[in-house]
Amino acid sequence: MGTTASQLSKESLSEYQELTFLTKQEILLAHKRFTELLEKHEKDQIDARVPMNKIITLPELKSNPFKERICHVFSTSEQKDGSLTFEDFLDLLSAFSDSATLEIKSHYAFRIFDFDDDGTLDCADLEKLVNCLTGETNDAKLSSTEMKQLISNILEESDIDKDGTVNLSEFQHVISRSPDFVSSFKIVL
Amino acid sequence: MVEKFFQDHERKMPRDSLITSENDSEQDADLSLQEEHESKTHRTKRRDGDRQKKKRRNERRKGGTRAREGEEDLQAVSEKRERSKRKRAKSKQETSRRENNEEEEAQLTGGKGTKARKDIRNEKTRRMEKKEVGEVEENVDKGKKKQGSTKKGEKKEDGGKQLVKGKAREVKKKKHKKAETSSEPETSEEDDDEEEDNDKDVVRPECLSPEELEKLKEAVDERKKLIQSLRGKPWSMKKKLATLRESQEFVEKYEGALGKGKGRKLYAYKVLMTKKWMKFQRDFENFKTACIPWEMKIKEIESHFGSSVASYFIFLRWMYGINMILFGLTFGLVMVPEALMGRPYGSMPRKTVPRAEEASAMDFAVLWDFGGYAQYSVLFYGYYNSQRTVGWLKFRMPLSYFLVGVGTVAYSYMVVIRTMARNANESGVGDDNSFNFSWKMFTSWDYLIGNAETADNKFASITTSFKEAILEEQESHKDDNIHLTRFLRVLANFLVLCCLAGSGYLIYFVVRRSQKFALDGLENHTWWERNEVNMVMSLLGMFCPMLFDVISTLENYHPRVALQWQLGRIFALFLGNLYTFIIALMDEINLKRKEEKIVKFNITMWEASLYNGTVSENSTASPVTINPADVPRGPCWETMVGQEFVRLIISDTMTTYITLLIGDFLRAVLVRFLNYCWCWDLEAGFPSYSEFDVSGNVLGLIFNQGMIWMGSFYAPCLPALNVIRLHVSMYLQCWAVMCCNVPQERVFKASGSNNFYMAMLLVILFLSTLPAIYTIVSIPPSFDCGPFSGKNRMFDVIHETLESDFPPWFSKVFSYASNPGLVLPFILLMVLAIYYLQSTSKSYREANVELKKKLQMQNEENKRKNKRAALKAQMDLEEARMTAQEQQRNNNASVQDQEDDTDIHSSVQRPCQEKYGCNPPPPVGGRGRQMPSSRDPGSRTYNRGNHGPSGYLPGFARQSEPRMYRVPSLQRH
Repeated sequence: MGTTASQLSKESLSEYQELTFLTKQEILLAHKRFTELLEKHEKDQIDARVPMNKIITLPELKSNPFKERICHVFSTSEQKDGSLTFEDFLDLLSAFSDSATLEIKSHYAFRIFDFDDDGTLDCADLEKLVNCLTGETNDAKLSSTEMKQLISNILEESDIDKDGTVNLSEFQHVISRSPDFVSSFKIVL
Repeated sequence: MVEKFFQDHERKMPRDSLITSENDSEQDADLSLQEEHESKTHRTKRRDGDRQKKKRRNERRKGGTRAREGEEDLQAVSEKRERSKRKRAKSKQETSRRENNEEEEAQLTGGKGTKARKDIRNEKTRRMEKKEVGEVEENVDKGKKKQGSTKKGEKKEDGGKQLVKGKAREVKKKKHKKAETSSEPETSEEDDDEEEDNDKDVVRPECLSPEELEKLKEAVDERKKLIQSLRGKPWSMKKKLATLRESQEFVEKYEGALGKGKGRKLYAYKVLMTKKWMKFQRDFENFKTACIPWEMKIKEIESHFGSSVASYFIFLRWMYGINMILFGLTFGLVMVPEALMGRPYGSMPRKTVPRAEEASAMDFAVLWDFGGYAQYSVLFYGYYNSQRTVGWLKFRMPLSYFLVGVGTVAYSYMVVIRTMARNANESGVGDDNSFNFSWKMFTSWDYLIGNAETADNKFASITTSFKEAILEEQESHKDDNIHLTRFLRVLANFLVLCCLAGSGYLIYFVVRRSQKFALDGLENHTWWERNEVNMVMSLLGMFCPMLFDVISTLENYHPRVALQWQLGRIFALFLGNLYTFIIALMDEINLKRKEEKIVKFNITMWEASLYNGTVSENSTASPVTINPADVPRGPCWETMVGQEFVRLIISDTMTTYITLLIGDFLRAVLVRFLNYCWCWDLEAGFPSYSEFDVSGNVLGLIFNQGMIWMGSFYAPCLPALNVIRLHVSMYLQCWAVMCCNVPQERVFKASGSNNFYMAMLLVILFLSTLPAIYTIVSIPPSFDCGPFSGKNRMFDVIHETLESDFPPWFSKVFSYASNPGLVLPFILLMVLAIYYLQSTSKSYREANVELKKKLQMQNEENKRKNKRAALKAQMDLEEARMTAQEQQRNNNASVQDQEDDTDIHSSVQRPCQEKYGCNPPPPVGGRGRQMPSSRDPGSRTYNRGNHGPSGYLPGFARQSEPRMYRVPSLQRH
């Protein structure tokens, strides 16, 4: 996002390095990939946004069941349409990068799973999450009793203060114990 | 009522200032003044104390400028002001009125957000930032977002920027004021204006007193810390960027101001160097990541097949790294010195091809078997000479050979154990099953998956895992016929044992047979007979796992359990094969040693006859020159062992590659192209494409490594060979996976099995060092080949070095240290330490469980408390609203705005509960008295109470009132 579309200025590059968990090469690659998604006339604009339906065609996100959520979480768009600027895109990649800390990863994971943006994971969120994980096909879906059982089990495990929802700190507590969250919560260009 | 309310509010204020640091409190004081002025929230945060009193005058003046600045911001500049409080209060009223006008205009035009509101927000966000609660802040932001209107969203963004700028400006200002006050305490206010203009370029460190300098330094350090931690904050890039720029500017500006005279220069230099160092570190980091080989390849595989397949390649790369280091050790410290500085080829019998083999020594078939010239080269043990030092460097060759052998094993142990420990740390300690469901839910998706097919498989596997978990939880898992299953399982295990025993016997038989062939001479036999051992071992390794797979269907285990059984069986098979091979080798070694004895005897005879002959022919006793190729020599069992291992590795590598090509590539090609003309769907039906077998491949790799460890003492070339093998298989397997494999049906987690593989590697390492150590310790080396020839045991080289190269006291100390009386207590101590550590870890685990319980209890308690607090807040709110409505009747405010703000209130309330929940109301001091009347909230209420409805513009009440009860709610919870 420098002065020209094809080139990032040196200052902004170093700033991005400072502010993200990405290396120089990764930022440059991200920039290349991002500009490929832009329309021709937008390439010179600094704050050009790529709409969500274009972002989710990226092969890295294509088969991710949470792709829309990811776009919404990282988007700074005022219309809440999930469109991303290059900086949002970098934020996304930084959070999903190899060297990002558990804190930041779990923070964003929480926001991704928080489908209604209310700051807690309640039963509706968890149900949506299960449906996302089991895929769209009908035969794969869990029956309602199974779903009930599953959600009650999850709440029993992770809802420490027993208020019927999982809040951020509870979520982070659970996640921090998980052996493979950090290794699987990754998106690499 | 309102007044009472404010008093209440006032009481709560000092708490804040107590929390914030000294530095901040002043800042807060500044800010509060600004706010009081601008946004009518009566935040007068002042510390009581002498210091404050002393400075009050200054601050008041500062406050004045602060206020003025605020006015400037709103383009409401009042030219002349007097020092007297009353007049100032008046002017404030004026300006605030003006402000309100402005604000209303702004609102009417619907353009930018209202400044005042932003400031509150700024204040809020800033405070939380100070306390480092990013999450809470995020929640606040979220809460704000919920206001819904896009205008506010925009404002929020701006708020982020403004917050930083405001802060920096403030701090700058503060410093400035300080600089000024210390130098020229009685400057007029016009000066301030000038100062304001010059603000950017004038820093006068000379004028700063030491404590202020200290503060400045603190602030700078704080900024630096902020910059460092910025990337770990879940903010939007815009906000981060703005903060970064602002902080950097600040740091740059004031860093130079720190220190005086020489110290200052030094400081500047230090700063410069740290900057350079940081840049270098970053570049180095970039360089390092650029240096990691095959990163892109692995990433591509990751995106296609998920992390488990990629984990194999990462493991392969890790192995490659280890082998590189082993190769460096053997190559640099053993092979190269011997080749460069040792005696050249052909100078002595052990370095020359014997006459009988000379004719075929260069044939490819012989070389391929590592006979001929390859056998008599640095590649094998036998070539090395036993002279103590080689070359002008006096390089101690035998010692180096021995130490490299030991070092190889020691390094491998170290690396494996360290990696295991790290993995164990990463995977968390202990309680595995406490979050079974939650982990399945929150962490089961592999975000790396970029392939639709893999994603489908993943969906399916997650669904089944959910269902399985639920079933297990319900424990309705009934076995229909337990006796049949038991019988089948016993049968399956029996069959497997038969397989293992059969394969073991086959290998033993083949090795014995090959010894017979070897005695006959290899030339008389076919290629198969010569390579029987290796081929049989490789074929067994290939087909037995398939057999096990078939057998395991009998058992009807849960797939995960079945996989573990399968892995265990393959492990046993490989291990059995390896050990039969080693036992057979031991037999061979014994045979060779017998042969050696005969040769040794023959040689003395031969030498005697030689000398006798020469003496009789020539009267002069000139030294006999015999071509070293003609000298009779012993069989050199060490080289034989090395050769066997090298052959094994080569044939293993070949089988792996050929299986890959036939089993994967050919199959894929056939399936792909025959599918057009076949009666059923080949791709979906029977043969289909092969899956990548992670566990099998990892096992293969592990055993390969075990052979390297075992054999590398006798064949220094083994690590080099292995490096080549791994390098090739990296490319070959990457290619094969991408072009002819399909993603796995059941996608297993990578990290869960990581330590399992490592544990296997450790076991193999241990088992492979056993025979090597046994041979080194208990079998005397050959008399005429290798670096230890002529010694009784190989480790005698240590004694020799100790005696001849070290001072005598050292060898004495060493002999004492190696005394059993010292070694045994040491071992005992280690055992005790292990026991102690284990028991402490156990108790920690128990403490963990206890703490968890405690946490739960506390949370419940807190919740109850919070509920009470919320109830109280509700009542307060009602009260405040009533007063507000009273006011409202007089003002024609819109209902819309009121609702809006209540919204803010409720959304802000929740996160704030977490932060401020436990702050009890602070004691009431004589606070009102200390306050300068210009900022006394009481006076404001008084003003409003008296003239408010009549004298104020309608906008005023509307703007201020909702905020008034929002702030206390912030304080209370």
